[in-house]
Amino acid sequence: MALDRWIALVFALIFLIYGYTAFFGMDHLLAPIMKKNPIWPSSFPKILSVAGLIISMLVLFNIEKSSRLIGDDMSLSKWQRYRLLDASLLVLGMIFYAMFLRNLGFFAATFLFLSLSGALLGERRYLLLITISAASSYGIWYLVDTILGIYMTPYPQFLRNFGGS
Amino acid sequence: MIEGILIGLQTVFSIKNFIMVVGGCFVGTFIGMLPGLGPMSIIAIMIPIAVSLGDPATALILLAGVYYGAIFGGSTSSILINAPGVASTVATSFDGYPLTRQGKAGKALTVAAISSFAGGTIGAILLLLFAPALASVALLFHSSEYFALMVVGLSAIAAFAGSGQVFKAVLMTLVGLMLATVGEGALFNMPRFTMGIMDLQSGIGFITLAMAMFAIPETIFLILDPARSGKSSDRNSDISNLRISKSEVKQIAPAIGRQSIQGFIIGVMPGAGATIASFLGYAVERNISTREQRDEFGKGSLKGLAAPESANNAACTGSFVPLLTLGIPGSGTTAILLGALIALNVSPGPRLMIDQPEIFWSVIISMYIGNIVLLILNLPLIPYIAKVLTVPRTFLIPFILFFTLMGAYIGQNNSTELLILIGLGVLATILRFASYPLAPLLIGFILGPMLEDNFSRATQLYDGIGFVWERPITSVLLVIAVLLITLPAIFSRIKKEAY
Repeated sequence: MALDRWIALVFALIFLIYGYTAFFGMDHLLAPIMKKNPIWPSSFPKILSVAGLIISMLVLFNIEKSSRLIGDDMSLSKWQRYRLLDASLLVLGMIFYAMFLRNLGFFAATFLFLSLSGALLGERRYLLLITISAASSYGIWYLVDTILGIYMTPYPQFLRNFGGS
Repeated sequence: MIEGILIGLQTVFSIKNFIMVVGGCFVGTFIGMLPGLGPMSIIAIMIPIAVSLGDPATALILLAGVYYGAIFGGSTSSILINAPGVASTVATSFDGYPLTRQGKAGKALTVAAISSFAGGTIGAILLLLFAPALASVALLFHSSEYFALMVVGLSAIAAFAGSGQVFKAVLMTLVGLMLATVGEGALFNMPRFTMGIMDLQSGIGFITLAMAMFAIPETIFLILDPARSGKSSDRNSDISNLRISKSEVKQIAPAIGRQSIQGFIIGVMPGAGATIASFLGYAVERNISTREQRDEFGKGSLKGLAAPESANNAACTGSFVPLLTLGIPGSGTTAILLGALIALNVSPGPRLMIDQPEIFWSVIISMYIGNIVLLILNLPLIPYIAKVLTVPRTFLIPFILFFTLMGAYIGQNNSTELLILIGLGVLATILRFASYPLAPLLIGFILGPMLEDNFSRATQLYDGIGFVWERPITSVLLVIAVLLITLPAIFSRIKKEAY
């Protein structure tokens, strides 16, 4: 079975769970006075779940002969040509960045993310990479935090604790 | 009125105010390019500076400049890196980014700048002529009409239902609508589908979803297949070329005209705003195009880029009508502007034009001047802005990913949001591999809450769905929506049978 039909099957299951929650898990939470309304919080999700289930089935059973999106040249059949390791490592890098942004602070986390990602993608001018990563980390923090007034933790956790703030 | 225009011109053309327009446009453009900082956030950030200026006219001129600059800046990130930071520039990326991929970033930015300028200019003229009259018409629109308008907006998904993709496009729209129901709705005040996760209480953030659907899959594709970005030298050849041919001008000019008027009218309606105007503009232009032109939509059509850009800008101008004439903010941005007006001791409403004509007219004139300044500032800068794409991929890709993450982080200051972004981004990449169109998902997500809220309000008011046939404007709009979706398919079938 093609990938798009597997995905349709997953969507069908999601709509089934969504519909089950809408039909059987929401209405009992409603205050009695709200039950007099012609429309309830579950009404729209109920319609969506039924429609979603029907359309997922139509895609699953390939009723409409689906073709590739025009203009999109990426295909799983060419997977051997793709740099899967690079992509996976960069996604992993993003996850680490998200998880350690607060603990490491904006400067350190951003500097590490930018420089390591660049090196991973094949940049060998290390001095340039380090300079640009460091300058960008500080420049963006200065713009967002100091000029625009949106607070972003600049330093690692232990330094903040040490400073008493 | 002529006296008022002269007062406005006199106010705007003082050296101080002129510097404010230019400075506002400049600041707005550059900050607006950062995903996550839309016009609303930038204006909110600029209010203390504007209020400290003391003079209400000068303050409003600065804010109007920032507003227009931010809108253009948002379009730039949509076109260059497929990262629409605000909902109103999502439709811009549908054709703007494919043009960039074809090496026509300079041309795409030029078309966007010219369309924005034209939309803003036509909007300003309409505002000048019809502001008081339109304000009363806007009040005729009730929740049932807004519901119907959202349905017309959803018809934009027809543009993504390429051959054999209709059901997938509808399925993606439904997924978008489903995601929009997560969290506490405005009308029911009851958490839905949060699975007990506190961070989902306020729903999934728009920027998170937009970045996950557009920017992350595209960047992952660039990593997977380095040939996809092309060699720097190849991209450099045409990237800075701003030239638009005569035939291209002929193609986009009528669309700009139509969408400026339509966008302005939609902008006048409180609650509708630039987002719905841009989607509607895209959908209408696609549906009234010839078959050859229609096939180009979504693949780098200049018309598909010009339509939402002009509609978006005209709608922004239109949203000033209810604000200045009735004191009703029609959008989030104008609500913040209303706050600024109140802080400056200005009470917008029917008497503003009579009591403080210099403020009323100087705001309108500064919008027009702001548009001219924006065009003059941006056209020479476009080759340099477009050169961003010639940066080596070893620098470009980490920075795109970083700005994508920042876009989601700035708004929420929440690491969970970043993890949701990455998870959704990976899922979106898989969906792209399976040829699912992602734009309909975002359209469904953006229009979903407005659709549900207005439908619920109308149903409560009419104690059922009687409003569909009892309110003529609603009926007409719903018929238009059905026609927009079905007619192109019927016509193409008739043509096929004829051959």
